[in-house]
Amino acid sequence: MKEWFSDLAGQFRLNFIDGDRWTWLLEGFKMTLIITFFATLIGILIGVVIATVRSTYDKNYESMKKKGGIGFRILSFFNKICGLYLTVIRGTPVVVQLLIMYFIIFASSTNSTMVAIASFGINSGAYVAEIFRGGIMSVDKGQFEAGRSLGFNYIQTMIHIIIPQMFKIVLPTLCNEFIVLLKETSVAGYVGIRDLTKAGDLIRGRTFSAFMPLIAVALIYLAVVIIFTKLVARLERRLRNSDH
Amino acid sequence: MKKITKILAIIMVLAMTACLFASCGKSASGTATEGVLVMATNASFPPYEYTEGDDFAGIDVEIAGLIAEELGLELKIEDVEFGSIIGGVQSGKFDMGMAGMTVTEERLKTVNFSDTYAKGVQSIIVKETSSFNSFDDFFEGEGDDKQVKNIKVGVQQDTTGDIYCSDTVENGGLGTDHVIQYKTGNDAVQALVAGKVDAVIIDNEPAKSYVAANKGLRILDTAYAEEDYAICISKDNPELLEEINSALSKLKSSGKVDEIISKYIAA
Repeated sequence: MKEWFSDLAGQFRLNFIDGDRWTWLLEGFKMTLIITFFATLIGILIGVVIATVRSTYDKNYESMKKKGGIGFRILSFFNKICGLYLTVIRGTPVVVQLLIMYFIIFASSTNSTMVAIASFGINSGAYVAEIFRGGIMSVDKGQFEAGRSLGFNYIQTMIHIIIPQMFKIVLPTLCNEFIVLLKETSVAGYVGIRDLTKAGDLIRGRTFSAFMPLIAVALIYLAVVIIFTKLVARLERRLRNSDH
Repeated sequence: MKKITKILAIIMVLAMTACLFASCGKSASGTATEGVLVMATNASFPPYEYTEGDDFAGIDVEIAGLIAEELGLELKIEDVEFGSIIGGVQSGKFDMGMAGMTVTEERLKTVNFSDTYAKGVQSIIVKETSSFNSFDDFFEGEGDDKQVKNIKVGVQQDTTGDIYCSDTVENGGLGTDHVIQYKTGNDAVQALVAGKVDAVIIDNEPAKSYVAANKGLRILDTAYAEEDYAICISKDNPELLEEINSALSKLKSSGKVDEIISKYIAA
């Protein structure tokens, strides 16, 4: 048992202390957080725009189709574009999208972090869009009608009545999407970015021991997710207060 | 009563020894699976190992085939990431690793290496239009002011090219800030073609294949480093190391190793 412990200490020294390898993990962790944070922002931005288009189309399809006109044609055109985006992004793996972005679309860019942020953001946007649309569609129709009958126009009703209720509905799923995104960034190493997973890989490639680097990386991801989940749970509890 | 216990004990000891010998006899080479020699490699390293249709081909693959034949085993090839080979070999998942692998001090701490079967050179690939002509061109300033220019060098993750380059300038490297590690050598070369990195440092033979396959690239005349390739085998399996070494020396003296190498590498 004693031998096992001293062996463990030796492994710890080899993997983290020697050559200051722990700094790789720290740098990688920072990179993971940066990519996740900005990709989340882009994802939410794209998600809001697309969910607005899609849900406006879904909600007004029948009444507008009868009237026809240029407005309906523009809306259905954008709706088609959004549909195409969702199909392509959700239909291909994120690693493949990342490689396409890196080697084909942004082939001339030397800033690989930006490329990664863009491709994870665009990827996440597709999922967030559907989460938001689900939220908007699940707010009772009566709420919308009540808003309109109180004199709000379509946009005012959305902002003051539908969106606040939607936010509460989508929060758990949105949190879920953030967690997925955080872990998905672990494939950033494919394009030479030194994120947390890559840092663990690099240590593994130099010390040839699997246990310490992999467990350390796993624990760091786990810790971030646990902290984030706690924060969201607190936010949910706050929002629930307004129910009474 | 005592006598019976003694006799029983002796019988049991005998039975156990017999078991030991029996199990020894079954797998003479002590491979993980009886009768099979599992070789781990990373098949994106032409001409040492690459895929041809559904099959593996290359110098390492052919030499491994001959070694397996010598040992009377069936060769099975596992294509894994380069960085996972040594760990997998040491843990006994694979019997040996053969991937144009260089013997280094660090690697020797974890696994045993066979005798050398080929020589490798770490070459530098740049664009034809590049002004770099040697590794020294990556630096500017003299003496204490010597520092790396604002460049990026692409390497294949965990290869010796990566390990040397990622080291500090004092130790003959470029420092991690100037190195981008890709999963495969091909990715690094594609990044060079796209202009994401200024140079790629990789083993000479694959470098030649990459330059032949992509227009507008050239290999610098001066190499970055020279090294010996060997097979890695778990430290827990010295018997296999001995057997592979004797098979290798047989193949080398019969000229078969040279035959294979010259078949793939035009001198």
